[in-house]
Amino acid sequence: MAFWIASSPHNHQQNETSSLMRLVIYATIPGIFAQWYFFGWGNLIHISLAVAAAIIAEFTVLSLRNKKITPQLFDGSAILTAVLLGISLPALAPWWISVIGSVFAIALVKQLYGGLGHNPFNPAMAAYVMLLISFPLQMTQWQPPLSLLAMDIQLTDTLAVIFSGYTPQGYSVEQIRTHIDGFTMATPLDTVKTNMTLGLTVVESMQAPTIGKHFGVGWEWINAGFLLGGLFLLSKKAIPWSTPVSFLLSLFVCSFIAFMISPDSNASTMFHWFTGATMLGAFFILTDPVSGATSVKGRLVFGALAGLLVFLIRKFGGYPDAVAFAVLLCNMSAPLIDQYTRPRTYGHDLGVKK
Amino acid sequence: MKINPEYKTLAWQGLWKNNPGLVQLLGLCPLLAVTSTVVNALGLGIATMFVLICSNATVSAIRQWVPKEIRIPIFVLIIATFVTCVQLLMNAFTYDLYQSLGIFLPLIVTNCAIIGRAEAYASKNPIKQSSFDGLMMGLGFLAVLVVLGAIREVLGQGTLFDGANLLLGQWATGLRVEIYQLDSQFLLMILPPGAFIAMGFLIAGKNIIDHKIAQAKPKKLEQAIERVRVNFEN
Repeated sequence: MAFWIASSPHNHQQNETSSLMRLVIYATIPGIFAQWYFFGWGNLIHISLAVAAAIIAEFTVLSLRNKKITPQLFDGSAILTAVLLGISLPALAPWWISVIGSVFAIALVKQLYGGLGHNPFNPAMAAYVMLLISFPLQMTQWQPPLSLLAMDIQLTDTLAVIFSGYTPQGYSVEQIRTHIDGFTMATPLDTVKTNMTLGLTVVESMQAPTIGKHFGVGWEWINAGFLLGGLFLLSKKAIPWSTPVSFLLSLFVCSFIAFMISPDSNASTMFHWFTGATMLGAFFILTDPVSGATSVKGRLVFGALAGLLVFLIRKFGGYPDAVAFAVLLCNMSAPLIDQYTRPRTYGHDLGVKK
Repeated sequence: MKINPEYKTLAWQGLWKNNPGLVQLLGLCPLLAVTSTVVNALGLGIATMFVLICSNATVSAIRQWVPKEIRIPIFVLIIATFVTCVQLLMNAFTYDLYQSLGIFLPLIVTNCAIIGRAEAYASKNPIKQSSFDGLMMGLGFLAVLVVLGAIREVLGQGTLFDGANLLLGQWATGLRVEIYQLDSQFLLMILPPGAFIAMGFLIAGKNIIDHKIAQAKPKKLEQAIERVRVNFEN
């Protein structure tokens, strides 16, 4: 009888893909809860639609590719992609937005490149960008927080808006978004961006009703929720610390410099941290082990680049938020970053192989 | 009537086996840029086919007198001449289509599919075969353009033959088919990325069909050659 002796290290690796994915999905719960509390049922409906579409798409492609269906279908990666996509969509977008998005994410971005572990881009963010450039109107109709709405939106109303475009009372998305005083409400980032073109200062923009006391009604709590989930993941060692830390730090430094140079035309650092998709991006999107950089140094560079890009696009770009674009650009540069940040192999000199 | 088997091979090569769009992947720039609708694709495809036939015939007719060293500039001149003709003709008769094709019409000059055929086939073969080769390659290219245009038009704006009157005259307005009503256009399919994605699927589809055909064919039995292995060293 022969004993198979493995080489060291002899520690037991008990993590499976499915358990890791499940952990990440659990960690999104605080953020989703905040979304539900401040913005109503829209995102939950989109998440369930996206998950259903993703599972069907995954099943179809896996059976076309003659792969083992059950283990790959339920490894949770498709579900996680769909959840992340559902979180990032505008709450009152029509139903086909999330269906098209998650089919695109799974079938084209993930499976066409060879399935989990082979996709060069983050599927959820690629799908989000695809939707944003394909359907700019539907993808920019963000719903204001419930507390600012002139009407009361219940689950049935949200369902009706998502599936037919109108509430049972006959209000359209545009009418729901309109404030009682007759102006349309946007997201905090949108507000600041628009006001900047109107020649208002940041301090004046902060008076807008969507921004509220701090950085945005609801948005600050959603970001806090994702921060909480992210810290939970860090404590479980499910994600590496280097990417989120360097991303947040880089965004902080960039916005701090800009704020120091011209406080009137630049939002504060904490505004950048707690609006938009910053925390979701930092802990759930950029930490994707497949499309990101691999070494610690590489991850630091990767996160810093993403933070710089988010700041630059938010400040100078045409779109108010930038996490999806920044993530895709960083995914593109990840192989290059990996090549130049190759760690030293134990027992070898640095720079033997370039 | 006996058909030269050469023509059969030429047709098979141009339309399927060596299709300029799907296999050689030549002329991708116009292929991807102007196929947002069937009519644009048809217009550019016909123009390319016309240029291809004429340039192949001319190159083949003068192949005895062209010095080998400067053949490429001469080919380019010939192609540019025909492209100019097509451009002027389209400017005169289908002005709106001329406008919507824009820069891609004069850019036919740089279409590698055309110069490739001039170099690879027409400069070595008689006029009849060369013209036929031009026709078949042009048809193959046209077919890919039209299929791609149809896919993108249906997915992008839910119609077929939108703006056919630009190419065919006023009567063709009735050709426009509305397959389904879209509240908003699917911009991705109209923009160039959609062309890349659709093109990828077309190539994949062709490869699947080729694979199926190859599998369906009875396999040739390999003749087992038995020979005695003689190894002198041991």
